[in-house]
Amino acid sequence: MGQIRLDAVSKSFGDVEVIRPLDLEISDGEFVVFVGPSGCGKSTLLRLIAGLEDVTSGRIEIDGVDATAVPPAKRRLAMVFQSYALYPHMSVRKNIAFPLRMAGLGKDEQMRKVEEAARVLNLTEYLDRRPRQLSGGQRQRVAIGRAIVRDPTAFLFDEPLSNLDAALRVNMRLEISELHQSLETTMVYVTHDQVEAMTMAEKIVVLQEGVIEQVGSPMELYSAPRNRFVAGFIGSPTMNFVNGEEAARRGAHSIGIRPEHLTISTTDGAWQGTVGVAEHLGSDTFLYVHLSDGSGTLTVRAGGEYGAGHGDTVYLTPDPAKLHRFDAAGLRIE
Amino acid sequence: MARNVTPARKATVTAVAWIIGLAIFFPILWTILTSFKTEAEAIASPPSFVLFDWTLENFAIVQERSDYFRHFLNSVIISLGSTALGLIIAIPAAWSMAFVPTKRTKHVLMWMLSTKMLPPVGVLVPIYLIFRDVGLLDTQAGLVIVLTLINLPIIVWMLYTYFREIPVDILEAARMDGATLRSEIIHVLMPMAVPGIASTLLLNIILAWNEAFWTLNLTAAKAAPLTAFIAAYSSPEGLFYAKLSAASTLAIAPILIMGWFSQRQLVRGLTFGAVK
Repeated sequence: MGQIRLDAVSKSFGDVEVIRPLDLEISDGEFVVFVGPSGCGKSTLLRLIAGLEDVTSGRIEIDGVDATAVPPAKRRLAMVFQSYALYPHMSVRKNIAFPLRMAGLGKDEQMRKVEEAARVLNLTEYLDRRPRQLSGGQRQRVAIGRAIVRDPTAFLFDEPLSNLDAALRVNMRLEISELHQSLETTMVYVTHDQVEAMTMAEKIVVLQEGVIEQVGSPMELYSAPRNRFVAGFIGSPTMNFVNGEEAARRGAHSIGIRPEHLTISTTDGAWQGTVGVAEHLGSDTFLYVHLSDGSGTLTVRAGGEYGAGHGDTVYLTPDPAKLHRFDAAGLRIE
Repeated sequence: MARNVTPARKATVTAVAWIIGLAIFFPILWTILTSFKTEAEAIASPPSFVLFDWTLENFAIVQERSDYFRHFLNSVIISLGSTALGLIIAIPAAWSMAFVPTKRTKHVLMWMLSTKMLPPVGVLVPIYLIFRDVGLLDTQAGLVIVLTLINLPIIVWMLYTYFREIPVDILEAARMDGATLRSEIIHVLMPMAVPGIASTLLLNIILAWNEAFWTLNLTAAKAAPLTAFIAAYSSPEGLFYAKLSAASTLAIAPILIMGWFSQRQLVRGLTFGAVK
């Protein structure tokens, strides 16, 4: 089991309210990602679930039991930190065995579980090394190993991939996703990287300034963002927003259209503009088009072979079915 | 930019360093030399440096007159006891100040340090009277308590400085791994702070070993450590320099040897955290 329920949970540091009272339900076996810009409270929320911070008000339930006042050691949750937080004075073997030792397991049982975790994570040949003799990716795997050996109710990940280089990050992302599929244990994952959120999550929780902006599956957030913040945060490159006359014509304060939902043509279309910068990624070309009526710059996704360059005149046409309309408060108009 | 060091400048700096070093060491060297002289040679003018009749008679007389080993044992018990007790109290205290600081933690630290600014003689009478009433005068336990109390601020300060260098993530990881507070301190914090704890331990043994004010005032015979042993030779009926030197040499020898062997640890500990 690994069900977590937050009921009107809030957190203040002094006079600063970091988390406004919020409710959240995480089902057993779910992969939930908390995403948001720096300082939005996502790490604090994770630490509240972990018990490393005390809630200011509200209630946290784990598997139906009130865990609000339960110390972190007793919540049966495992956490992987951004800094890995390995014990530098212990070998990899002892690092992974530490939670088992704390749980009072016998030596043989400890070693059996450590060997098993090391095998799953390809760490067998490093078991006798110290953390400082490992690369960043290996250290992160040790941290994950330390989390999985104890069979926790849920895993908590606090930006675990931020210290890794781009290539390794993609690898580890896949490894964590695969781990989730094989273990089927609840995972709560914090990141500021919306690509990680989109690719890994079953459910994304978008936070801003201590408030949950939207909860939903990656595709729900992508196709029906509840407000302009979510619309702009989810998706890469970010959604284009057009205000003024064009929006008013469609009965909205502003309209949003994703780069992949604009059709580009050199002969005719709804909006005329000139290409500022063309980014060729091979598979795709991203064009930054300055609209001729001066209402802004739109990003367009075109095919990898698309030939337009700086200064070329192009015409853009939005797919009407994929237009998002927002009111003056930034809320979605259905 | 690296500084340009000429050979002449290097030679001058080296010479000055040696002169200062020897000047600091000279009183100790002179004490040791004097301990091997006769009383007449000890006060001879001009004094002889090495060309005198080397003798061990002072050491024999000193041991005969006042039992060296009893004083030595008292010193060992008092310095080790007060350091151990101090660490037991200071480790949790420094832990809480380093990892769960409040707005007033800095004030508490300053307050603790300020107690070191008080002249000890200012509280001698009350402490003497308390010790007399509870029967702690001239006992090893009494000295362990009083030396623990006077060195506690330094122990807490030193440990606090070392603990602050330890990333709090690691302690939180231990908590998530199911460690109780006690396991967290014993299995994670202390092994990581070993260099700091070791230098704190060494420095406090030295401070307690050399402490003279309280050990002289609160002891008579039974619990008297080596400081009292030395003091016994600065008698009112006249100074016997050779015997006083022999007593001093015997008293400082153990701590000097310990300091010599642990100097790398001491220097490392005292400069810990200065450079990341």
